[in-house]
Amino acid sequence: MSGIPQALDAIPILGVIFQFLGYTLANIGYISQTTVAVAIPITLAALAGVMCERSGVVNIGLEGIMLTAAFVGWIVGVAASGMFGVGTPSPFFGATLPLMIGLVAAVLAGMLVSLLHAWLAISMRIDQIISGTIVNIGAAGITGYLYNLISSQSPVGAGKFAPFVVPKAAADLPVVGWLINAVLGQGPIGITTIVIVIALQVMLFRSRWGLRTRASGEHPRAAETVGIDVIRLRYRNVVMSGAFAALGGAWLSMEQTNNFSANMTAGRGFIGLAAMIVGRWTPLGAFGAALLFASATGLSTSLQIAPPNGDLGQLMAHVPGEFWEALPYIITIVILAGLIGRSIAPAADGQPYERESAT
Amino acid sequence: MNGQATTQPPTRSRNAAVRALTAVARSAARALAALARSVAEPFVAIVLALLVGAVGIVMFSGLKAGHSNFDVGLPVAAYLALLQGVASPNGITSTLVYATPLILTGLGVALGFRAGLFNIGGRGQFLFGTVGALVVATTVGASQSSYITVPLALVAGALFGAMAGFIPGFLKATSGAHEVVTTIMLNYVFVFVTYWAISGPLALPNAHQPITVDMTTHNAALPIILGRDGHAGILLALIAVPLIWFLLYRTTIGFEIRSAGANPDAARYGGMKTNRLIVLTMSIAGMMSGLAGATTLMGVVHQVSPGYDTTVGFDAITVALLGRSNPVGVLFAGLLLGAMRAGSQTMQIQAGVPAELVDALQAIILVFLVVNVLRRWRIGRAANRGSSPAIGLDATQGAEGVA
Repeated sequence: MSGIPQALDAIPILGVIFQFLGYTLANIGYISQTTVAVAIPITLAALAGVMCERSGVVNIGLEGIMLTAAFVGWIVGVAASGMFGVGTPSPFFGATLPLMIGLVAAVLAGMLVSLLHAWLAISMRIDQIISGTIVNIGAAGITGYLYNLISSQSPVGAGKFAPFVVPKAAADLPVVGWLINAVLGQGPIGITTIVIVIALQVMLFRSRWGLRTRASGEHPRAAETVGIDVIRLRYRNVVMSGAFAALGGAWLSMEQTNNFSANMTAGRGFIGLAAMIVGRWTPLGAFGAALLFASATGLSTSLQIAPPNGDLGQLMAHVPGEFWEALPYIITIVILAGLIGRSIAPAADGQPYERESAT
Repeated sequence: MNGQATTQPPTRSRNAAVRALTAVARSAARALAALARSVAEPFVAIVLALLVGAVGIVMFSGLKAGHSNFDVGLPVAAYLALLQGVASPNGITSTLVYATPLILTGLGVALGFRAGLFNIGGRGQFLFGTVGALVVATTVGASQSSYITVPLALVAGALFGAMAGFIPGFLKATSGAHEVVTTIMLNYVFVFVTYWAISGPLALPNAHQPITVDMTTHNAALPIILGRDGHAGILLALIAVPLIWFLLYRTTIGFEIRSAGANPDAARYGGMKTNRLIVLTMSIAGMMSGLAGATTLMGVVHQVSPGYDTTVGFDAITVALLGRSNPVGVLFAGLLLGAMRAGSQTMQIQAGVPAELVDALQAIILVFLVVNVLRRWRIGRAANRGSSPAIGLDATQGAEGVA
């Protein structure tokens, strides 16, 4: 029994902590840029969740919406580059005509799938978690089916968007250079996401639409009494949220990679929902939570690419790679379990709204 | 006059008898109607889904290399191949083999629905159950006879699965973290835990590629009881159906589970410890999935390598919904989906239609099922306004009639 404490004594804990901090600081540029990139689809899913749940609809189908959009964006890109040719990447984020067509198609597809969820949840008044699960099962099945068919043709994709190259003068600035590089050194969807976060934060708490959305999420009957069309507002918000989630899916198949693979979303839609809860149903909070979840991935890829040396390196060599891959999910669970009591959902979240009949 | 006076008492008693008989007949008819409804609604949903699926097959038939566009004959060929894959002695055994994990996991999900819990963690629980059975086979399999190893591996699978189910239940009971998000996150955690276990501690020490021990050589394979590959796990699934039914409808715990699902506040005010019920229900659900994982390992795949995964977790949700969260319904829904899975392989080989069609069909079946086309069509749109929300987690409607 005394073997383990002795082994622990042999590791200079304080030294390892300092070494870890030093390693993080030395590699902050790489870690932060990866973290922001990984956080983008999670943030978009979380924003979509905020849009839905603030108006009173739980949307667990975000995962399926993202997967559908990732597939449609990629396959329409394939078809468009077959029709118009791949084209030369423009200096503007490496955009080409097929890529732009694919992106638009992805967003439209996301909105369409979201419309299905809206119809099931709002009009049919089905349990919203079941409706979302149906969307997820269907998206995985249909994209898997079509991908299986199409991959027999070994199609050539439309490529991917290029990240913005931050001018060297700005990236090399002392103290803040890494931050500028991390935030701006992203592709078009990435930068758009950061704009959406800020815009949605302002809109939700400062605009008429935001007030109405929050009202129908907290007390739909009262909202209806003052003349807000709750059903229509919920429909609009859920369909719009489909566009956000679709951007997250398109990021996976058109900005991070240039290809689609079965179930490539790997739970990001669900992590997005967790980020929304941890961020207390606010866009900025959700973005912060997404960054927190993503930092595990940022750190682990950095540790794999540039392994630290010394005691820290020896310690890290004993940690299996699967641990780092599981870490974002573990962090999500831990934070969710620790924070949930202090994070309160909109009062009418998930409850189908039924208009009082005139009769 | 006289005759009338004497005949009146018998008439009255005959009237009473007739009344009693008609009452019995009426309640029997009601039960039959409920049964018919609980069969007819899934049936209509399945038929409609197959039609939609056929339209989908035709629409996208040209996508595959070497296939013609808008091939109208393809869905017929596909469904025929699917039937052909099922309707043979081997196909029937294969259906039972596919149905076994679906029934086991589906019973767990159904139990959760009854308690108002949505267990999407079947995938992780299944995989962790596999790890449990592997641990037993790897450690004692070589030295013990199969009379010891097989039960021990099954128990280990069930225990590991129960542990995997306990975590989200415990988190929900203590902190209120929603089980839908935690079970899905845990799915990914267990995928990586399983990957690590299979490629590391449980891998054969001197193999070229990481691979686990073979159940057949380590005395942990389930005996074959039917045809070519019908393993004894089928019996386990068939026994589990009445057991879970008994638990739900004939025990205090079952009553508490159903009460907590129907109205958690009332259950709490009634003195039931709902938090303990949540943990218990999730653990039992996990146990069933773990058992599914163990039987699949010990009866079907026998040996696994890193990347081993399952679709049972999500299939089980379809099974539980299709079976109206009723154990008997789950049995039939599991058999149906098992048949679809069994036939889909033949369909892919013979008709060239991807086996993923079954996943897509599941979602379409569920849409028709929850939208409840039949009831809506019968009642009509206008009458349906103002009715309670359509089927959701309260799977009680329709199912009670059968029970």
